[in-house]
Amino acid sequence: MNMMSEAAVEKALDQKMNTAPYKMTGKDVSVYYGEKRALFDVNLNVRENTVTALIGPSGCGKSTFLRCLNRMNDTIDSCRVTGKIVLDEGDIYDPSIDVVELRARVGMVFQKPNPFPKSIYENVTYGPKIHGLARTKAEFDQIVEHSLQKAGLWNEVKDRLHESGTGLSGGQQQRLCIARAVAVSPEVILMDEPCSALDPIATAKVEELIHELRANYTIVIVTHSMQQAARVSQRTAMFHLGNLVEENDTDKMFTNPDDQRTQDYIMGRFG
Amino acid sequence: MSSTHIYSVYDEELKYLTRRISEMGGIAEQMVADSVRALVNADLALAQKVISEDAILDDAERQINEKAIVTIAKRQPMAADLREIMGSIRIAADLERVGDLGKNNAKRVIAISGSGIPRQLARGLEHLAELALMQLKDVLDVYASRSPEKANTIRERDGEIDAIYTSLFRELLTYMMEDPRNITPCTHLLFCAKNIERIGDHATNIAETIYYMATGAQILGERPKEDNTASLGAASE
Repeated sequence: MNMMSEAAVEKALDQKMNTAPYKMTGKDVSVYYGEKRALFDVNLNVRENTVTALIGPSGCGKSTFLRCLNRMNDTIDSCRVTGKIVLDEGDIYDPSIDVVELRARVGMVFQKPNPFPKSIYENVTYGPKIHGLARTKAEFDQIVEHSLQKAGLWNEVKDRLHESGTGLSGGQQQRLCIARAVAVSPEVILMDEPCSALDPIATAKVEELIHELRANYTIVIVTHSMQQAARVSQRTAMFHLGNLVEENDTDKMFTNPDDQRTQDYIMGRFG
Repeated sequence: MSSTHIYSVYDEELKYLTRRISEMGGIAEQMVADSVRALVNADLALAQKVISEDAILDDAERQINEKAIVTIAKRQPMAADLREIMGSIRIAADLERVGDLGKNNAKRVIAISGSGIPRQLARGLEHLAELALMQLKDVLDVYASRSPEKANTIRERDGEIDAIYTSLFRELLTYMMEDPRNITPCTHLLFCAKNIERIGDHATNIAETIYYMATGAQILGERPKEDNTASLGAASE
């Protein structure tokens, strides 16, 4: 009986996953670094409350695509983006868009934990302060506790909130960065290889966190670990030489992918 | 397998599994053929040989499982590789069972050797065994070629074995009713026939596993079933 109902619950979740509305859509997205073209007309949609993993060999364009989603590429002078990327209804490359506000809605966690050289508390309140999300100390306290809870770090740091964030272990620093991203109440969280500098235990904690965050946020993660993509995501997109070659249910992708290049890549074969 | 792994040792691990499965298949085939020959000719020495060979298959299955587990732990296989390894575990189990069934037939040779088998019954049993052996041989060929179409053909042929088994079942019942002294040998023969029919089922299982390994999809549709003995009784004769 129990088995049946669990299967039914899984199925319902999966169905929801396949019908959830698109949070972000990318249409014919191309990216050039100077003369060099890094992405070729990528059409990739990201569903709400879903973890989408971007995989592919180094230099395939997956990080480039990720960075388009909150206009991080704007910081590179020679970089030019064409095509259209829509968040909810709005084109994020529209000239009227406030990029700072966009990045509050679409937060980012990087490969290497990069806490500010400030206290744990200030690391978390930095964003809300800039965006004017809180005024009183009580409000900030609440944001700090809530964000650290969400990032699964609260119990480990609650007694030393005013110690430096850089004094934490690598895994804790990365979860602090996730708390910092969560603090401004983003809608989408982008993660660029968030576990590549972490040990297996810290990686497991971050992955568990990604799993929990999915209920409230839309997550896009770039990873070089096939197992990680298989574990944390519901949808997987495979990039190769700047092209999106396959986008599929994660379960299908890792048992029976459609594209030969995906097959070769995930099985560790010479193409 | 179109290309090779970046880790060449990984290729060797997968090749090891394939090689051992083929070996198991060869031994299982020989055991079944020998057991039927021993039965028909009341050859006790041959029966004894079959019984002792079963240990080889048991060992091989254990070794294949161990290698498969270690490979999964080390390589975290994906897609076709994962299906290949899981398929090896399942096929090894099926072949080990085929060996057990051959061994069981061989044991019965000793029990029936005193009374002898009517010529006609031996024919029927031989025919059944020929078909089952052909299925086994073909499925091992398909294992080597990984052709999903051929795997499907083998699966469809299983109905024939079931039909012959059902007619043999009726025949044995008739012999038993004719003369109660036939009951002991015929009961043993009934088990032998059932064992051979089961061997056909294992060949079908293997065909389905190969289909999955090759395509990533399960074979659709019911298996052909012609084994009607579950509803047959002495009264229906």
